[in-house]
Amino acid sequence: MAEPIRWDWIERHTDDITRLTVEHVQITAISVVLAVAIAVPLGVLVRNRRLPFAAAAGVSDVLYTIPSLALFAALVPLIGIGDTPAIIGLVAYALTMLVRNTVVGLQAVPAAVREAATGMGLTPRQTLLRVELPLAIPAIMAGVRLATVSTVGIATIAVFVGGGGLGELIWTDGIQRQLFLTPILVGTVCATVLALALDALLVLAERLATPWTRVRAAR
Amino acid sequence: MSPSGIWDAFTDPNLDGPAQLWVHLRLSLLALAVATALGIAIGILAAKTGRAAAFALVAFSNLGRTIPTFALMALVVALSSIGERPALVGLIALAVPPVLLNTITGIREVDRGVVEAARGMGFTPAAVLTRVELPMALPLLFAGIRIAAIQIVATAALAAAVGAGGLGVLILSGLANSNDQVLLAGAIPTALLALGIGGLLAVLQRLLTPRGLRLAARRGPRAAPHTPRTAA
Repeated sequence: MAEPIRWDWIERHTDDITRLTVEHVQITAISVVLAVAIAVPLGVLVRNRRLPFAAAAGVSDVLYTIPSLALFAALVPLIGIGDTPAIIGLVAYALTMLVRNTVVGLQAVPAAVREAATGMGLTPRQTLLRVELPLAIPAIMAGVRLATVSTVGIATIAVFVGGGGLGELIWTDGIQRQLFLTPILVGTVCATVLALALDALLVLAERLATPWTRVRAAR
Repeated sequence: MSPSGIWDAFTDPNLDGPAQLWVHLRLSLLALAVATALGIAIGILAAKTGRAAAFALVAFSNLGRTIPTFALMALVVALSSIGERPALVGLIALAVPPVLLNTITGIREVDRGVVEAARGMGFTPAAVLTRVELPMALPLLFAGIRIAAIQIVATAALAAAVGAGGLGVLILSGLANSNDQVLLAGAIPTALLALGIGGLLAVLQRLLTPRGLRLAARRGPRAAPHTPRTAA
């Protein structure tokens, strides 16, 4: 039956816990940033084209359905163990949320706003960069938040392909040592708190990036 | 490394891929059946008994979804014992929230006018639920079941890490021994199984959607926002 929490173990391993948490944040941040760098331009490209949108959504949905352990592991024969297979897998998982939300956000821009921009003499490129994308920020950020929370969770699997992170507490220190409860609990709490904290941080970033939404709310 | 080499690894009597596939499938289906029944039952209760209960459940489920599925399963197993039943409990725990949330949302989003009309026609509360609200909530409800299923099949691969068997056994063994053939003999069937179940449920979802709702959906927006999951 369940053993009590070993606080002495936690005290002796604070450095390891900190290191693994930082590693986890790094894996998450790199993956989400790469995924945004791929998904937003892709969303812009396919937003008005039915077939390319269906193709992009379909491919990213298929990738999303593949279990993470299988995807990470299948990349190992190609690129070896370490962070890289985990990050490639995590980027693949984040794509579906980001592409969809980018397209939804861009499609939701009212036609009248677009016409007004054209009427003011903005080129299509300027309209995209100065009008459409800023207005799509709330939808895109909703996707980024989902992607971040889910990436923090899936990154706990990275340990199986030698990618480190908080999964190490759960697998290497916990399950592999006769189900040692304390590191498993610490890993779980750290990963959950990390997901909530990053989510809160992104909410804050979104508010700073879209000052006009607050003006509208105040009125 | 060749297709025949991977096949040989899959059928190797020591690893016994076909048996692990069966364990994987059985674990997944059992977990999905229990989670669906629980999720729908609790969801109906919550949607019917008032706002406070539903709100608390939604908040709780959302919080639950930020817990990594692997961590959740490891925790359940560490608190009980290694083996199939704790793994099953872990899988059920992670699959209830999507079904539950979609049941609550699905029932709540049914047009109140339609419900009033059914009542006016003399439907009993039970008939309103089974003949109006649930059919109209079906697409959303089924989407929840699909998310749950995809999550279960994915996380079932990790059941091997807690001694419950399944195709993850081959993946972990391949990774531990740097044997690419064994690794792929586990990873490829795991991926195919997930894609197969995902595809099957997508088709079922289309077939189960009442025709009127399908027509309404066609007139709606083209791109739907992504439904979240914090999967493994």
